[in-house]
Amino acid sequence: MDPVAAKFLGAGLACLGMGLAAMGVGNIFGNFVAGALRNPSAAAGQFTNAIVGAALAEGLGIFALVVALVLLFVV
Amino acid sequence: MATNTTTGTQVPSKGGFPAFKVETFGSQLLWLAIAFGLLYYLMSRHIAPRIGGILEERSGRIAADLAAAQSMKAEADAATASYEKSLAEARANAQAIAAETRAKINGASDSERKSLEAKLAADLSSSEAKIAEARTAAMGNVRSIAVDATHAIVERLAGAKAEAARVEAAVDAALKH
Amino acid sequence: MADPIKQFELVHLVPLKIGGADFGFTNSALHMFIAVGVTAAFLLLTTTGRNLVPGRLQSMAELSYEFIAGTVRQAAGTEGMKFFPLVFSIFMFVLFGNLIGMIPGAFTVTSHIIVTAALALLVITTVIIYGIMKHGTHWFALFAPAGLPKAILPVIVVIEVISFLSRPISLSLRLFGNMTAGHIALKVFAGFAVAMVGAGAVGIAGATLPIFMITALTAFEFLVAVLQAYVFTILTCIYLNDALHPGHH
Repeated sequence: MDPVAAKFLGAGLACLGMGLAAMGVGNIFGNFVAGALRNPSAAAGQFTNAIVGAALAEGLGIFALVVALVLLFVV
Repeated sequence: MATNTTTGTQVPSKGGFPAFKVETFGSQLLWLAIAFGLLYYLMSRHIAPRIGGILEERSGRIAADLAAAQSMKAEADAATASYEKSLAEARANAQAIAAETRAKINGASDSERKSLEAKLAADLSSSEAKIAEARTAAMGNVRSIAVDATHAIVERLAGAKAEAARVEAAVDAALKH
Repeated sequence: MADPIKQFELVHLVPLKIGGADFGFTNSALHMFIAVGVTAAFLLLTTTGRNLVPGRLQSMAELSYEFIAGTVRQAAGTEGMKFFPLVFSIFMFVLFGNLIGMIPGAFTVTSHIIVTAALALLVITTVIIYGIMKHGTHWFALFAPAGLPKAILPVIVVIEVISFLSRPISLSLRLFGNMTAGHIALKVFAGFAVAMVGAGAVGIAGATLPIFMITALTAFEFLVAVLQAYVFTILTCIYLNDALHPGHH
């Protein structure tokens, strides 16, 4: 395979990880809202936890983006 | 937008991703250190103490005001309590005085009434005694009058003097009936 | 199509070389100083009155102070307040770095990995140095949670060390990646619009679609700018908590 083509293919594949991270973030906030609807009084105290969880999940997606960027521009 | 980098040693970049260009790191780190150091200096020396001071002053002021209000309320409560207490005392006093007066008045009128009653009773008994005396006296008079009348009647009818003892006996017998 | 990477290029405004290395004053440095200047102006000029009853602007400054102070207290306890100037500086710097980058034509300081990495390393270095200063060797108990069976302890220690070392990496990459990806996405859609306008009347009609997308993305990017500043701050607080209370997980 042409190395340049392989590079772009790899970058595209790496970006799949971002979509998966999006699923993770959506899962966190979806469950947060579901829990908040069940017990609205406890929701405010857990918002920070939701944000931190979303940030951690999203960070892994960002790793995938960085892999794609490295493939595109560095390798 | 010309990227007129003044480097001679720059890697011949094929475009390249700017954030991954190692040769720019030194400059960015230097200026970041200066800028962030300046911000940290301002923050720790001026901004944080000032805003913290404002907030502390405000919360202190609010706490002091609340404490003052609390103490004023306590004072007012104490004043109300003492007022109520004195009011209750005054009321109790007044009741005591009223009761005492009533007792005194009752006692005085009672004794007066008793002495009056005693006097009246004494008067009554002495009057009764007098009446009884008068009555016995009157009865005695009646007997002597009756005896005299009997003597006169007997003398006129019989023309003779009646025997005194028999007359008296007859009068007594008649009076007994 | 315009190169979506172009916006991240550094431009030397004042060249400066020390010992052959390049320390020139770039547009990045300029925007760092703008961020610092805006922060200082926002927080200092609004509070000069020290009013007991705050006006609108002073109220905003106080709100941001209270917000970060509350975050620090919640995540790191009251002792964490000794790091408050650091945390507040990081929050304000990242926030205004992100927000100023949203102005068209402006440079986004936080879209450069060296900047975010430097901030993350500053946090982690603070955690390590303060942790060892305060707790001595006890601080390393952070890597060996209490009550574990001896058999799996080595594995856990290795995992904990890796997890600790990956913190600055994820902290810096998250901010960098969010800013970079967002700005690239904006520029890519803007490039679509420009390319379609070049294609005649149908193209101009079609160009409204990417413009709607840019509008939505711009709003989303403002959200991301604020949210990432907050995330950076709260993670900083959580990591600082490890320096203050190493055994409490």
